[in-house]
Amino acid sequence: MKADDFRTEAENQWCPGCPNFGILAALRAALEVLDRRPEQLCLVSGIGQAAKAPHYIRANFFNGLHGRALPVALAVCAANPDLTTVVETGDGDCYGEGGNHFLHTVRRNPDLTLIVHDNQIYGLTKGQASPTTDVGDRTRLQFGGVESEPLKPLAIALMHGCGFIARGYAGDIPHLTDMIVRAIRHRGFSLVDVVQPCISWGTHAVGWYQERLYKLSPDYDPSDLRSASEKVLEWKERIPIGVIYQSKESKACFGDRFRSETGCRKLSDLGFPSKEAVGKILEQFRV
Amino acid sequence: MTELGILLCGAAGQGVQTIGSILARIALKSGLCAFAWQDNESRIRGGSNGYSVRISDTVRNAPLDEFDVLLPLDAKSRLKYLPFLKPDGVLLGGDGREGRGMAIDFASISVQKAGNQLYSNAVALGALAAVLGFDGDTVHASVSEEFAGKSADLAQKNVELALDGFHLALETCRGLCTPKVTKRNELRYLISGADACALGAWAAGCRFMAAYPMSPSTGVITALSRMENELRVFTEQAEDEIAAVNMAVGASYAGVRSMTATSGGGFALMVETLSLSGMTETPLVVVLAQRPGPATGLPTRTEQGDLLFAVHSGHGEFPKAVLAPSDAKEIFHAMARAFDLAERYQMPVIVLTDQLLMDSMYTLDDFDLGRIRNESHYANPSGIQESKRYRFTESGISPMIRPGAGPNLTCCDSDEHDEDGHITENLELRTRMVEKRLRKGKALRSEIASPELYRIFDSEIALVSWGSSRNAVAEAADQMRKRGMKAGMIHFEEVWPLPQFNFPAVPSLVSVEGNATGQLEGLVRAEYGVTFSESVRRFDGLPFDAGFILRRLAP
Repeated sequence: MKADDFRTEAENQWCPGCPNFGILAALRAALEVLDRRPEQLCLVSGIGQAAKAPHYIRANFFNGLHGRALPVALAVCAANPDLTTVVETGDGDCYGEGGNHFLHTVRRNPDLTLIVHDNQIYGLTKGQASPTTDVGDRTRLQFGGVESEPLKPLAIALMHGCGFIARGYAGDIPHLTDMIVRAIRHRGFSLVDVVQPCISWGTHAVGWYQERLYKLSPDYDPSDLRSASEKVLEWKERIPIGVIYQSKESKACFGDRFRSETGCRKLSDLGFPSKEAVGKILEQFRV
Repeated sequence: MTELGILLCGAAGQGVQTIGSILARIALKSGLCAFAWQDNESRIRGGSNGYSVRISDTVRNAPLDEFDVLLPLDAKSRLKYLPFLKPDGVLLGGDGREGRGMAIDFASISVQKAGNQLYSNAVALGALAAVLGFDGDTVHASVSEEFAGKSADLAQKNVELALDGFHLALETCRGLCTPKVTKRNELRYLISGADACALGAWAAGCRFMAAYPMSPSTGVITALSRMENELRVFTEQAEDEIAAVNMAVGASYAGVRSMTATSGGGFALMVETLSLSGMTETPLVVVLAQRPGPATGLPTRTEQGDLLFAVHSGHGEFPKAVLAPSDAKEIFHAMARAFDLAERYQMPVIVLTDQLLMDSMYTLDDFDLGRIRNESHYANPSGIQESKRYRFTESGISPMIRPGAGPNLTCCDSDEHDEDGHITENLELRTRMVEKRLRKGKALRSEIASPELYRIFDSEIALVSWGSSRNAVAEAADQMRKRGMKAGMIHFEEVWPLPQFNFPAVPSLVSVEGNATGQLEGLVRAEYGVTFSESVRRFDGLPFDAGFILRRLAP
């Protein structure tokens, strides 16, 4: 299928010119490269402008509650590993409201791809600080400037064993497409944090980002944990984009143990136990 | 013998619960029935806990308020529970100062035989079994079974020490204790409410459960996890209750019967997602095991305080059902009912239970497996021509397919949406969608089960109750009849929506509820226009027993 075949007729609710459109284009292009069909896909999202993305991609989707996309997606992975599960979320949705789920989903290593539209601001609620807003930035709520240290999601992911960590830029669609393709191909939990300047409420202009962004050099070895641990913290002066870390080891994914021990892949295939099977189990309680 | 009440007590960590459940097992193996319930403090060690076992010829799954035998493992518990011993009851253990029963120092026997006090409880159990007239082989077998799966040495020591206690009591207490059991030949089931709940869910096709540990609900996921490879139910301990319920929704969206379980505080965290289930029309089963609130309340005790919370849970308007099974057998079948309703009406169903039902051990003659009628309510993907997850229909129920099951898509949205599942701000569409969702509630209401009418036909007084108090309330009605009062019971097990039925014209209605405000009473008054003449309410953290009700209504 072509990228354009993933378009839907739903009316787009984003601001005209929003870099979200770049992320959307990259995701559609990635799906073409990956040769997935809409029915093989499951997009999961929470609430926020980024979380509306599934409405603009032809695919199965579950657009749930604010912050709660990851637990829904985790269970989809457990129930049906044949679906390609992608979570579309923003910095507020994923790192703020859903921060606890982010931490624990990294630990579980489900085979899903998390794309965070990270614009460092709350857009839909009109300009409050997000967990990734930089210290000192003035917002429509933090009038004196943000005082709290920004969350470092890539570092958190790296520290907790995430096997694929990339940063993309919404303004570089071919590069971002490549990041998403590689993230989806990676078996296990993959994080793509996307720099996405907010043109309505952002604390930095687009130019601020463009001056700082640079692509990791071809010599950079993403399997080297040591250099990755430096790159995940790099921000402000220079901002690296590319695959920052990809583990060479293949780690067990969420549900692998269950699937190997029970011989069951899709939970819905198990159906109902027979009355005989139920009776047999209940015999254990006969004294 | 018709029945015996035995109360075992001691500090947390002394193994009171372990020997209590072995005693129940011994009773069942001897062809008798046992009902076992606990009265625990929320702590890991120390304090003073009671574990009670009601042993009878026929099934009597309800608590008692006075006991024939009291077996304390420490002095503090002895003093706390002595008032519950009948005047002619037997005190087993202790130092003999109370001047009743038999002074046996379990701890010193344990030290003498095993070198430490760890087996005091096993010694006590053996002594108790002897005093009650059980045989040594049954004690041996029951202790071995309880410790099956633990280390062989541990099992062996427990068996040995229990038999030491057994023989010692046979020698010293022969003829001292009048209550005696009579062995029979019956095979019955002994199962906790939590296990019955878990197995009922599995029998109904539940294949996914996520939960965050919270008393008294934790036993449900524990049972499924313990038997994971046999049952093939995917279980996951979530990072919090919000994650747990969203996982259940996610697996359900993917086409799998899924559930979670929690207690009041955790349920409070889940409520937003209950509304999500209502809006996205995703089937969801939540087991709400009540404990006394507000806030942390009494974490290890029981109450029926969350009925209105369950009924009104979730912002916005959407149909839901609340079931309140009465005992282990009924919760087994209520799970099937819950999954069927949830999937058929594509909505949340709450199974409202409590610490009494979850933690107690019930004797069942059978499970009535013939009642199980499993049926999938997913649409055939090949019969679906379009991706309209929310297609307008007369019943309000739209055809649902599993994502990936066919070329058509399953698109769900927590925003107001169109038939395709896409966000909409079209207010006319919004109105139609609300009406569509609420239409499902009409058929739902018409199929909600009427309450059980127990001995109502000539009743002058009817006890109106719901949930786990059923057996105690029925027993109270029986005893009131023995005292010449024409009493019966109207007992609700499907509490929301309230069933459409003709409320019996009984002159006097008494609400019997394990809460302080009469929550069902309020719903029943509003729904059926009846008035209540009296109420019996209990909210001290303990379950109803017939004696408690009788003291209020037939003093």
